[in-house]
Amino acid sequence: MSTGFSSAHSGGVTILLDAGEASILRSLVAQVLGLVEPGATGEDPLERALGIGSAKVPSDPVLARLFPSAYADDDEASAEFRRYTEATLREGKRADAETLLETAEQGKVELTPEQAQAWLRALNDVRLALGVRLEVTEEVHEELAEMTEDDPRYPAYVTYDWLTYLQDTLVRALW
Amino acid sequence: MGSTAPAEVERPSTDVRPDLPWLTIVWNDPVNLMSYVTYVLQTVFGYPKAKAEKLMLDVHHKGKAVVASGTREEMERDVQTLHSYGLWATVQRDSA
Repeated sequence: MSTGFSSAHSGGVTILLDAGEASILRSLVAQVLGLVEPGATGEDPLERALGIGSAKVPSDPVLARLFPSAYADDDEASAEFRRYTEATLREGKRADAETLLETAEQGKVELTPEQAQAWLRALNDVRLALGVRLEVTEEVHEELAEMTEDDPRYPAYVTYDWLTYLQDTLVRALW
Repeated sequence: MGSTAPAEVERPSTDVRPDLPWLTIVWNDPVNLMSYVTYVLQTVFGYPKAKAEKLMLDVHHKGKAVVASGTREEMERDVQTLHSYGLWATVQRDSA
């Protein structure tokens, strides 16, 4: 198992990944990219060109979590905000995921500060997506500790826990 | 009698009311790490670590915290940035 991220002299970070870890990371990020990428932009080509998208809350709970409503008690203001910002947010998440896919490989991975920021957000997007699908609580780490290996949820929880560890070491390497 | 009656009754107009400050709220969620939330608040708002940590703990223990205030446009920009980091953030008018 990887020892997580460390700071590099360049101001960036490094991590040592084995083949399995690089492969799991790439596969999970590619799945999030697949969800984020199509983008529910409108039919109108001019609106698309201007980055104006759908005003509707996505029906997929993962997308609803990645693109939350900006107003808790005002559906109209939320819809307007979403219409003008979701396309940009999707584009940012797509770019972050692609940076990770381009750089995650077996062996020593060296990231520039900019790439590290993209990894930070992309890893978090994967954790958010898995968190929604697994319906995790704040006690996920303790739940995993009490889970037996034949529990059908075990592999997914182990993966989630590993991503949590990576994310935490990345934050600490950047501090 | 001179015409003293005003042509129109004066009433408070929402158009001239000075802008009330708007707030950016961050809500607690089970996924975002305490370290990550602190780091994001430092990065996005330039807060010192101690302030970012206090806000993060408010989010964690009270369920939400006001992390910034300003014009509506500024708050919408902040919320968009926080969403890019995956934090659950909303805008609201300061009712206090």
